[in-house]
Amino acid sequence: MAKKAPKKTVKEPQICIVTVTGKDKVGIIARLSIAMAENNINIVDVNQKIMENYFVMTMACDMAKATVAINEISGKLDRIGKEMGLQITFQHENIFKAMHRV
Amino acid sequence: MRISVEEVFETVQMTMDQHFDIRTVTLGINLKDCMDRNLDRFCRRIEERIVTMGQKLNAAADAMEQKYGVPVINRRISVTPVSLLLEPLPRTVAAAVKVAKTLDRAATRANIDFIGGFGGYVQKGLTASDENLMNALPQALSQTQRVCSFFNLGSTLAGLNMTAVERFGHILKDLAVKSKTGIGCAKVAVFANVPGDNPFMAGAHHGIGEPDYSLNIGISGPGVVKAVVEKNPDCDLTELSEVIKRTVFKITRAGELIGHEVADMMSVEFGIVDISLAATPAAGDSVAEIIEAMGVGRMGVPGTTAALALLIDAVKKGGAMASGHVGGLSGTFIPVSEDAGMIRAVKEGALNLEKLEALTSVCSVGMDMFAIPGSTPADVISAIIADELAIGIANNKTTSVRVIPVPGKRAGQSVHFGGLLGTAPIMPVTKNASFNFINRKGRMPAPIKALRN
Repeated sequence: MAKKAPKKTVKEPQICIVTVTGKDKVGIIARLSIAMAENNINIVDVNQKIMENYFVMTMACDMAKATVAINEISGKLDRIGKEMGLQITFQHENIFKAMHRV
Repeated sequence: MRISVEEVFETVQMTMDQHFDIRTVTLGINLKDCMDRNLDRFCRRIEERIVTMGQKLNAAADAMEQKYGVPVINRRISVTPVSLLLEPLPRTVAAAVKVAKTLDRAATRANIDFIGGFGGYVQKGLTASDENLMNALPQALSQTQRVCSFFNLGSTLAGLNMTAVERFGHILKDLAVKSKTGIGCAKVAVFANVPGDNPFMAGAHHGIGEPDYSLNIGISGPGVVKAVVEKNPDCDLTELSEVIKRTVFKITRAGELIGHEVADMMSVEFGIVDISLAATPAAGDSVAEIIEAMGVGRMGVPGTTAALALLIDAVKKGGAMASGHVGGLSGTFIPVSEDAGMIRAVKEGALNLEKLEALTSVCSVGMDMFAIPGSTPADVISAIIADELAIGIANNKTTSVRVIPVPGKRAGQSVHFGGLLGTAPIMPVTKNASFNFINRKGRMPAPIKALRN
């Protein structure tokens, strides 16, 4: 019987991008950071800008050690979005790489 | 280099405001190995396989939606052309209808909205099984909800099977009468040069020469293309072509990524990306509105054919670079009932049947989802089909016809099909066309273009 490959001890980073669009207000980053920390998701980068009258914030985070699956965290973010009147999306980084990098 | 806020926002805006989505992931399934002389055994085998694979397809598509935040609107299945599968079975309408009902039930159980392949290749002639399936179409499609049918009636290599074209006039009329508002006819498309890897209904089927399973994907972004055209109101046409190319490149890449991942999750081969711009009845998701944003007064007026030619050329160039395998139809769909801009153009009198036919010479898919009066004679329907398929045969491209002769309706009235099928204004058509020509039947020879060796 073929031997099983040894388990990887260090997981590759799984970068996902949180995008917040809507009106800027106090506490957006705070709320998102708490949600991320609760699920052991590491925030690696945060950017924000005003574009076409939208406030846009992007947050890159690493899901490698997350304690929840993608659908659970995006469900949580949806609820935060509804409470704060913001549109929040959560997408794996690969889609942006595919679309914007040749 | 990390993705910038601008790039992220561009992508998010495409899905949020511009209706960008994966229009369909379609799993092609080979059923040849299920063939049997026993009808019940055959039906049991195919149902089992379709249900199992259909459920897997739905699970994989759901996972992709979550991971990438791009909606995967339709999950569909295409199967080996059923006329082949029926060969060993009794040549009865009842047997063909039973197979259709089995496909319908399997699709329902797997939560798949449409299943394609209930048809055959008859460009050169009909086997007894092909003929039986054609005879069964009115019953089979009026007694099922999810089964779609295609028939390839002509090809550049074989010519046009005019005997089958003549028959189809009668079959479509019969099917229209048997189904409410003629909707049965929305589930059948006849083709010239049909591709065997098209993921879009009604023409999808798992062609001859395909592997056991093949995952094909159709992307859709008329809204995205329209937005970029509107953002560039003054640039010249070379530059306009460039911006369309760049945009289509991006959305095709998203389709390619998601298609490959769905195929990997299911452990099946990835087939092709179909880069066709597919409209929906939703506001802003219209191909006609792209043409109008380019500066054409109304879809159908002079200038439309040139604008459409430029659009589809730019779509192909952008898409071809983005995907390792572009295939299927990869043209621009201009179905009348499913595109708000097309409906408006017909209602205002800017677009008629003749112009619709002319447009298909530069965009691949033919005359799609248009309604005509139910009183239109069968030979006129056959003549419309013959004209359209001749364009495909002579130009070595795919063309198709999906026409709905709506029972009891007159030109100028409307019929509502609901959902993605939309609303169709009834288009006027002559009652006297080419009765004697159509009734000659026989096989129209292949064009000289076929002699390429």
